[in-house]
Amino acid sequence: MTQPMVRLSGLYKIFGARDKDVLQHVKGGMGKEELLAQHGHVLGLNNINVDMQAGEITVVMGLSGSGKSTLIRHLNRLIEPTAGEIIVQGEDVMQLSEDGLRHARQEKMSMVFQKFALLPHKTVLKNAGMPLSVRGEDEATCDREAAKWLDRVGLSGFENHYPAQLSGGMQQRVGIARALSANTPIMLMDEAFSALDPLIRTDMQDLLLELQKELHKTIIFITHDLDEALKLADHLVILKDGFVVQQGEPQHILLNPNDPYIEDFVSDINRARVLRVRSVMTPLGDDKVPADAHGEVDVNDTLESMIARSGGDTSHAYVVKDGEQTVGTLDMTELVRALVPRVASEAGARQS
Amino acid sequence: MAFYDKLFSALGLSEWCGTSDDKAPLSLADLAAQAGGEEASGPLMPIPSFDNLHESCNRIWQSRDVTNGIEEGFLAAKPVLKTVLDPITQPLSWMLDGALWLFEAMPWFIMVPLLVAISWYASRSRPVTIFVAVSIMLLAVVDHYDVAMQTLSIIFVCTTISVLFGVPIGIAMSKSDRLQKSVVPLLDLLQTLPTFVYLIPLIFLFSVTESKLYGIAIILYAIVPVIRLTDLGIRLVDQDVIEAANAFGMNDRQKLMRVQLPLALPNIMAGINQTIMMSLAMVVIASLVSAPGLGVNVLRGIRNLELGVGIVAGIGIVLLAVILDRVSKAALTRVDKTQVKH
Repeated sequence: MTQPMVRLSGLYKIFGARDKDVLQHVKGGMGKEELLAQHGHVLGLNNINVDMQAGEITVVMGLSGSGKSTLIRHLNRLIEPTAGEIIVQGEDVMQLSEDGLRHARQEKMSMVFQKFALLPHKTVLKNAGMPLSVRGEDEATCDREAAKWLDRVGLSGFENHYPAQLSGGMQQRVGIARALSANTPIMLMDEAFSALDPLIRTDMQDLLLELQKELHKTIIFITHDLDEALKLADHLVILKDGFVVQQGEPQHILLNPNDPYIEDFVSDINRARVLRVRSVMTPLGDDKVPADAHGEVDVNDTLESMIARSGGDTSHAYVVKDGEQTVGTLDMTELVRALVPRVASEAGARQS
Repeated sequence: MAFYDKLFSALGLSEWCGTSDDKAPLSLADLAAQAGGEEASGPLMPIPSFDNLHESCNRIWQSRDVTNGIEEGFLAAKPVLKTVLDPITQPLSWMLDGALWLFEAMPWFIMVPLLVAISWYASRSRPVTIFVAVSIMLLAVVDHYDVAMQTLSIIFVCTTISVLFGVPIGIAMSKSDRLQKSVVPLLDLLQTLPTFVYLIPLIFLFSVTESKLYGIAIILYAIVPVIRLTDLGIRLVDQDVIEAANAFGMNDRQKLMRVQLPLALPNIMAGINQTIMMSLAMVVIASLVSAPGLGVNVLRGIRNLELGVGIVAGIGIVLLAVILDRVSKAALTRVDKTQVKH
């Protein structure tokens, strides 16, 4: 595999005056509550090791207080770590001078905020062009780029409005346009859609996926919403009390949760909508394609669409295609079995 | 025998104290006692003040030494202070005199329309502009135009200087908690010290004929709100927006000019409004130290018990105050509106 876009290794963050001194306790295995009780320091991040690949959406998910917002602020050093390495495009962010850091923030990473954080006294156009004007681009370039991205996020015609005149969803579109106009390879999104109501949130998720299909940015997305995480993630990192509980491909985590915390999480979601054919199919081994196949399906179809297609008949079987290539077979019985979370199926087994 | 004699002898300090030779009476009561040949019978246990202790022990100061000491100390430091402060503050005299000359030399048929135009430009409000025009004409009709302009010129200079110094000081305070902690008590002092009290050392330092004397007094009093509100305004700027400014790599100057100052502007404007009001309040007191303007007429009213003169001048000051307040408040709401348009 090629070098990751962002690599965090051995990252620790402890909030408090003597953070370096109490670090050894944390490294020795002291937990968040003990640290607070015995030393009065708050454990933010505990030995984070995450690789974020170029062109992927890495979603960091956790409940409030799990350290996810702290984590994303380490990438551009809005928060200084207590210990650890932050490598962005092969360059150690911790070694950067003040100028170098500012340069990296301007050219490499742009950020979208939960509370939008637009400049209230500037028009939408000037807000969207802000990253360029910070770099010292002339006004015409800023306005042109800003207008281009505003149009791309569906806000053309609103250039001369002020942020307060727009709805929350529209303000966040400005926030996204601002991040895009910076034209950075990395986009950091801190609970970007959490302040929006559910319908608009879905719209914005679709917008993001659509943009991503075209732009192939490296996106680090923070959320506390598992449905959102599963919808967006190429790589899912689950945080709890400052450490990584599990990370990997979202489908894999869903089918193989390695921790009761995650099992709790995943037991509530609509698995049929999230799981895809590729996660439950039988890969094509030496076996022939079954002769009684009812048709061909794509690897990325959701199970929900498969149930609709089979009309609920579990005796059906399908040939799975990835593009032109046949990659496996799908037995509807397998599919139905995958819909039941492991916890629930174990509980059911105990009862019988 | 004084009350504390026993205390000093108990402490074995009688030697050190020595016997008091001078029997000069310290108070009227002492004098009466001396004349009557009787010992002054004080309260059972007098307050252990310098004077009471001095009665028992000669080595202890008297209270008048404290006030004398302050005075002598100030007088000793005066030559140095004067050589340093005099040249530094000299431009203030020039500015005050220049502005006074300008406001007086300008014919009224240019000045009045100019003031009305400025009010319109600042407030963009028709009622306010009309009010300004009517008020100035009212003052002119009762022959108070000249003195009103003198007062206005002093306020103009003092407010400008207060803003020029106050805003940067406020910015510096918002950047450093330590500076804020050390400046705030000073601001409290300036605001609470009776205004006459800082006229006294100023009179010692500068000649009463120089206009900077009242200029400094007014500025010291009026600069406080603009400093406070600049500091507060910048500290109140939404931390999320500051974080966004950091995340997009703004340097400190860009942050200040593009984010902090514009977002703090409503608060800063409120501070300027207060500064104008306070310099107007001080301009009357400053007439005690030769500041020209409406205050002189008020003072005349008090001194000579000329009721009418005092009241007309007083109403003139009220009119000026209302003009300045309404215009600056209208300007403030205008700024506020461009910030948050709903």
